[in-house]
This record gives sequence, C-alpha cells and structure tokens, in this order.
Amino acid sequence: MKDVIIIGGGVIGCGIARELARYQADVAVLEKGNDVSVGTSKANSGIVHGGFDAKPNTLKAKYNVSGNAMFDELSRELDFPFRRNGSMVLCFDEAQIDGLQELYDRGIANGVRDMYIIRGNAELKKLEPYVSDKAVAALVVPNGGIVSPYEMTVAYAENAAVNGVEFRFLSEVSAISKDNGVFTVTCSDGYSEQARVVINAAGVYADIINNMVCEDKLHITARKGDYVLMDKTCGYLADHTLFQLPSKMGKGVLVTPTTHGNILVGPTATDVDDKSDVNTTAEELNEAFTKASITVPSLARRNIITQFSGLRAHLDTDDFVIGESTVEGFYNVAGIESPGLSCAPAIACDIAARVSSKLQLKEKLHFQAKRKGIPQFSKLSNTEREKLIDQNPLYGKIVCRCEVVTEGEIVDSIRRPVGAKDLDGVKRRTRAGMGRCQAGFCTPRIMEIIARELGCDMQDVTKLGGKSNVVIGRTK
Amino acid sequence: MIKVNLVIVGGGPAGLAAAKSAYDAGERDILILEREAELGGILNQCIHNGFGLHTFKEELTGPEYASRYIDEVVKRGITYKLNATVIDVSNNKTVTYVSAQDGLVQVQAKAVILACGCRERPRGAINIAGMRGAGVFSAGTAQKLVNIDGYLPGKEVVILGSGDIGLIMARRMTFEGAHVQAVVELMPFSSGLNRNIVQCLNDFDIPLYFSHTVVNIKGRERVEGVVIAQVDDRLQPIKETERFIPCDTLLLSVGLLPENELAKNAEVQLSPTTGGAVVDENLMTNVEGVFECGNVLHVHDLVDFVSAESENAGVRAADYINGVTPCREKTVISCTNGVRYCVPTVLNRDEVYAPQSFKMRVANVFKKVELAVLADGVKVYGRKRPVVAPGEMENINLTAEQMKMLKQAKSVEITLIKGE
Repeated sequence: MKDVIIIGGGVIGCGIARELARYQADVAVLEKGNDVSVGTSKANSGIVHGGFDAKPNTLKAKYNVSGNAMFDELSRELDFPFRRNGSMVLCFDEAQIDGLQELYDRGIANGVRDMYIIRGNAELKKLEPYVSDKAVAALVVPNGGIVSPYEMTVAYAENAAVNGVEFRFLSEVSAISKDNGVFTVTCSDGYSEQARVVINAAGVYADIINNMVCEDKLHITARKGDYVLMDKTCGYLADHTLFQLPSKMGKGVLVTPTTHGNILVGPTATDVDDKSDVNTTAEELNEAFTKASITVPSLARRNIITQFSGLRAHLDTDDFVIGESTVEGFYNVAGIESPGLSCAPAIACDIAARVSSKLQLKEKLHFQAKRKGIPQFSKLSNTEREKLIDQNPLYGKIVCRCEVVTEGEIVDSIRRPVGAKDLDGVKRRTRAGMGRCQAGFCTPRIMEIIARELGCDMQDVTKLGGKSNVVIGRTK
Repeated sequence: MIKVNLVIVGGGPAGLAAAKSAYDAGERDILILEREAELGGILNQCIHNGFGLHTFKEELTGPEYASRYIDEVVKRGITYKLNATVIDVSNNKTVTYVSAQDGLVQVQAKAVILACGCRERPRGAINIAGMRGAGVFSAGTAQKLVNIDGYLPGKEVVILGSGDIGLIMARRMTFEGAHVQAVVELMPFSSGLNRNIVQCLNDFDIPLYFSHTVVNIKGRERVEGVVIAQVDDRLQPIKETERFIPCDTLLLSVGLLPENELAKNAEVQLSPTTGGAVVDENLMTNVEGVFECGNVLHVHDLVDFVSAESENAGVRAADYINGVTPCREKTVISCTNGVRYCVPTVLNRDEVYAPQSFKMRVANVFKKVELAVLADGVKVYGRKRPVVAPGEMENINLTAEQMKMLKQAKSVEITLIKGE
C-alpha cells in the first residue's frame, strides 16, 4: 500500500511528488503517457505570469502571486531554465488606456509589486524596439518571467524520483474505489494499488478522475491553443513577454522570447470535444501569426520553424479547484489552466503541506533538495567544453547540429532517473531535434542511441510512445 | 591554437573537390573537417545512379562518385578529420571544431572554404496543420533510414513536393515494397529534374498532382492519412477540392536550404534569395579569405556542377593564400525580368579577365526567351532557350573578352528577353 498516489505526471503532479518527497512516505505517480510532461505541461506559453490578470480573491490570483515569487530559488535548486524578463501589456488604442489602469489596480489588489504604466510609442520602443508603431501605452510588469515548462516538470520528476517517489508510465487510471478508509486505484494496464491518499492532478482529465470518486461532479472543457515557434535568428524581436490588452477584437495573443532564445507566438483558444485533440489547424495557426504581427509587425513567416498546440483544462467555474474533496483523503488539483504553470510551485507546497499534516508524515532526514541538470554543451565556454570531452568523449560527438547537442547529453537524458524513452522525451530534455531542421538530420542517430541505451531494436523506438514507432520494419 | 593554411569545412563533394584542386594549385597545408564518420557527404546515401555524366562521362551511383574524389584526396595525402564538427568560424578565420578524439580544437586558418552543404526544409516551415505524431519525414531522412540504416519508414506513402529527393524516394520506397499513392506539388511545375519525373514516377505509374498541397495530416500516434487540396493562382488551398488519402507516411521534399549558420557567425553576408553567401567571381565572400562553394552557396541540380564550382573555389583559395588579394571596388550584378538569382553575385572591378561561368535560376517557367548579359545596357552575351524552368539551373559561360566588358562596365545585368 502507498501512502499517496498522485494521478498525472504533469507539472502539478510532479511538483506535488517532489514536495511530498521531503517526507517519510511511500508515494507513487501514475501517468497514462510514456513520459512526464506530455500533456498540458509540454505545450503552453511557458510564462510565469506577474499576477495582475486573475480576478482578486480567486485561487488563481492567490497562487499566482505566491508561485511567481518562488521561481528564482526553485529554478536554481532544480536547475531548470527560468528568466525574469518582465511582461508588458500593450494597448493599441488611446480610448482603451483605462483598461491598463484596470489591470494595474487588479495587480495591486492581488499583491503584485513594481508595476508601472508607460505612455507614448517612443517610450515603448525604448524597452522594445521592434514593437508596433501603433502601440500607444503599456503596463510594465517587471516580475513576469519565462520558464521552460517541460524542463521544469522533468526537473521536479527527477528530483522526486531521486528522493524515492515511484513513477509508473502507460498507467491510465480506470477505476478508484474506497473501502475502510483505503483507496484502491486500478489502471487499464492491470496495475492496481492501494493508497491512503489520492491526489487528482490529471489535467484535462481531472473531471473524469474526480467523477469516479466524488458526488460533486466536475466538468472540464479542453480548450485548445495553437502556437507558432520562430527561429532563434529572430529572437531579438522581443525581450519582454508582450501581451495585447484584451479589446473588442478579442483576447489577443502573446509574443514572447523562450528561455532558449526562440520567439513563441500564440495561443488561440478553441474548445474541443476530444481531450486528446492536439491537432493544429491552418486557420488557428494563421490567426496566431496574424494577431502576433499586430504586436511585432516584423515577424516573418519564413522564420517559422514549427507549430504545436496544447490543451488548457477549463472548469465551468473559471477558477481552480484545489484541496481535499468531500471524500476524505481524495484531493483535487483541477482546472489548472493559465496561470497554472506560474502557480505550480505554490500549489505543490500547499498540497504537500496539507497531505503531510493529514497523514502526520515526518520529514526525511536526508532529503536531497538539489538537482543538477544535464550539462548543456552549447551553453558552456570552450574551456568547460574541453574539460567535459576529456571526462567523457561522448560530449565530443555532436548529434543535433542545429542546437549543438552532443551524444553525451542524449545518453545522460536516457540514463537519468525518470529518463527519456522516446524521441520526444530526448528532445524535451536536451533540445535535440528542436532546432531549425526539426530533427531531419539527427532522427536516425538519436534512434540508434535510444535503441542502444534501452537495449531494444531501432524498430521499437517511438516518437512519443504507444504506436508511434518511427520505422515499421527492415528493408528487403 | 594550431595553424593551417586552408581549412575546408565539410568533406562532401564540394569540400573534396575544393581540396583536390587547391592541392593541385600548389597548396599543401590543407585540413578537411567532416562531421560524419566517413567522407562523401550526402552522396553516401544516394545509392541511385545518374551521377557523374558531366564530370566522368559515365553514370555512377552517389557512393561511387564520392569515392572517385575521396581517392584523389587520399592519393594526395590531404589531411582530414572525421566525426569532427565545426562549431564556430570567426571573422578572423579561427575555426573551432570538436571531436571525441581531439576534444575541442581551435585552428587559425589563412583561408577557409565553407562547403557544408544544405538541409531540407522541415514541415514547420511550410505550416502543415494536423497531428504531430510519427510518420512525417523529410525525404532525405527517409533516404538515410532506408539506404544507410536499412529500415522502412512506412508502407502507404504520400510525398509532398516534387524535388529530386522526393522523386528518387518515390522510386526507392516502391522498390522496397511500399505503395506510393501520390506525389503532390504546390506549383504548376516541378522543381525536380525532368529525367527523374520520367524514371521515378512515370515508370511506376505514380500520379503527380500539380497545383495541389497537403492541408492536414490526420492520425494520433502515427499518420493515418493526409488531406490534399488543389490550390488557386495565389497558391491558396481551395476548400471544395479537399480529399482524404489514407496513408501511414508523409515524405516532404519541399526545398533545400543552404546551411549557413557558421557563415553567419563569421559575419558573412548572405543572399536572401539563395540563402547562401554573396560571393564574387573567386567565390570569396565579403569576409576576406572566406570562400563558399557547393550547396551551401546555392542549391545545385547535379553534383557534377558542385564539383566544378568547388574546384574553382579551391584554386582561388590557394591563390589567395599565395597573396592574390581581392579588389576593393565591386560591381553588384542585378538580376531582372524573371531571373531569380545568379552566382557569382558581385564582380571585382580589377583587370583580371579570365573565362567565367555564371549559374542562374529563373523564377518561373518561361518559353521562347533569350538569356542575356548586359554591360551598361549593352548585350554582351545572349542565348535563346525554347523553355527555361526554376527546376533547371542555367549556365552561362563568358569569355575573357566578355568578362573584360563586364568588369569595365558601371552596371551589369542578367536578364530574360522575352518574345520571339
């Protein structure tokens, strides 16, 4: 029997797992995908929001502001990419400048600090030289930031695993029952385990999980957002995260640098019936790009390197549902849409605190709080590179030429705790295949390395688990 | 830091030919840096024949063609490093490479020839919507999986783009027992060679749909089909013409892009049209002593042309090392009236008048035109062509006398004169 079963290996599930790993408890994470961070956590804006947007006195506002403040230390401790680049909300219409003031006031009510409003295009251009001539004012939020959401999730998961948390993949929960105060969680792969506490962090599926247990039903709408990713060569076009002030034209899209120096634009918002529908559409991609061009007109389509879409878990109530449900020992962390990523560290600590007090858990004597990421060859100085190759010659073999990723990094990403098992897993951990050629050259090489490291055949290597095998057989 | 007179980045057809000719021009201190485990570049995976008709007057496979040049390089004892990836070329010709064997090495060169080839345009660059699972490959990746690694990417195949690699792969996949349902081409014409359309599609009854594109990729973990549609004059898909083709694999052959990341580091000026460097008749870039040749300069149709161009670059680099410096005054050649680009792009206004060839491509299919070179508006060269197309590179060979007229002119123009 486990003390705690966490359902869902996204940023919330892995975050809670890591915070619970501080205690003497038997914790397992069940994930239906082939890896952590394969749902909402891998495909979102990667923004650490300032906290001015959420309505005061909501859970979104509360966790956003406290979560935001935790990122500097957390990103150092767990070694994932984070930068406090600041956010700007741009206004394109003199008549709507009041809207900025409204956001400012809301920010103050939520406890956001250091915000200010600037007026006049010339002032805006001092901060963001490539912003549209038509922008007339902006709310500047210095504490806004950007984070690599999948690397953050992987960091959480690795650190949780190092501290004893068990991760099970391809384990889709099909039933939960409770008898004599003990939950039995059953998965469609036949796995079944008992637990004293169950935490529902199932993202867009959190309603289904909740509804297996609770009388109070939840309804989550999967809201799809399409994004367009631009080449690093146009990374200079934005330094802050640039939002558009919502207007009668709609909510607008953002233009932001990523922690790796690309430019990301999006998202659109389309409610979809199918909770696994992450197909992009031509219309939405066009919409994302066209709207982004309002903010930065010099964005050029020829610099697009890829597109993707992600699903936000939208609850009808428009706020998170967080905490113990009416069924004792069953905790919901549901409806985690924007600014969920920004809230994740605060939610994780909060849930861990509540569960540990519920189960009266004792702290571990030897909790390993620090995690060191995979050494990134491309970011090192030449002296450091020399040293690294000297220690391990695999760091002298460059596999992904666009992002300059070495075989050493790829092998490390596979061998680590909660390591990569497929091409996308390697990509999220090392960036191999994420560059401008989009894995054209490195795919066969990475397949070879995965096959070698996992002791399987090239034919068994998948892109993202399941039936996504890259090749279907041998040639004649 | 080690010192080498001539560093050649890339051991494919361009780098090998440049090395051979630089050696024959008297340069002995040459280092070829190749990132793969063997010399030969992309030719190693091009196991079909059709290479070498111009250079060797016989029909060779890619590996055979490569081995001819590899033999020449080895015979001359030219130094080369394998599994050695160049990660930086600086403006002052310091080349940094890494390899498992040597670690990180900096080489100070007197001249650098960038011969690092091109890469394929990926799916993301052409905005195909839909699923993001397995089964979408660039044609060259599929070619490597089949020809080098021995694996079949899929059984039911649709190919987008009628570039040469796509055409070759249509035939190759058919040989391997796959069924190629269609080749879909956005433009009303093919960017591939006519002989490849005949030999790779027509001979196997593979349909080629012009003015069509793939608008959506269906499936979840693996491709289950694609939606294709006809496009209008503005290349926009026509909704009513959409139709679904079930398949498990989509190959993309939608263009090649010169791989100029290193050139950018070295502050080499690039052409927005070709994606390669802006070079003079010596194939020297704006950075003195840095040369480009082969597909990193502009994408060629035939490897034979790559070799010829690169042999020229090798000789010119050797000349430069021997003290032949470029002239400061340049004339930029303008391309007009349907000429998309020409290489070289600039001429030195010096008094060196040697025969010179110009490679050029047109922007569209034109019939009954004259390719013409004008010096100060006066025609110094003209050649009538029944038809010109973007898929076929045009070659103009000028005499020393004609080059003299160009070099003395204030303006030089390469153009198409249309009509009878």
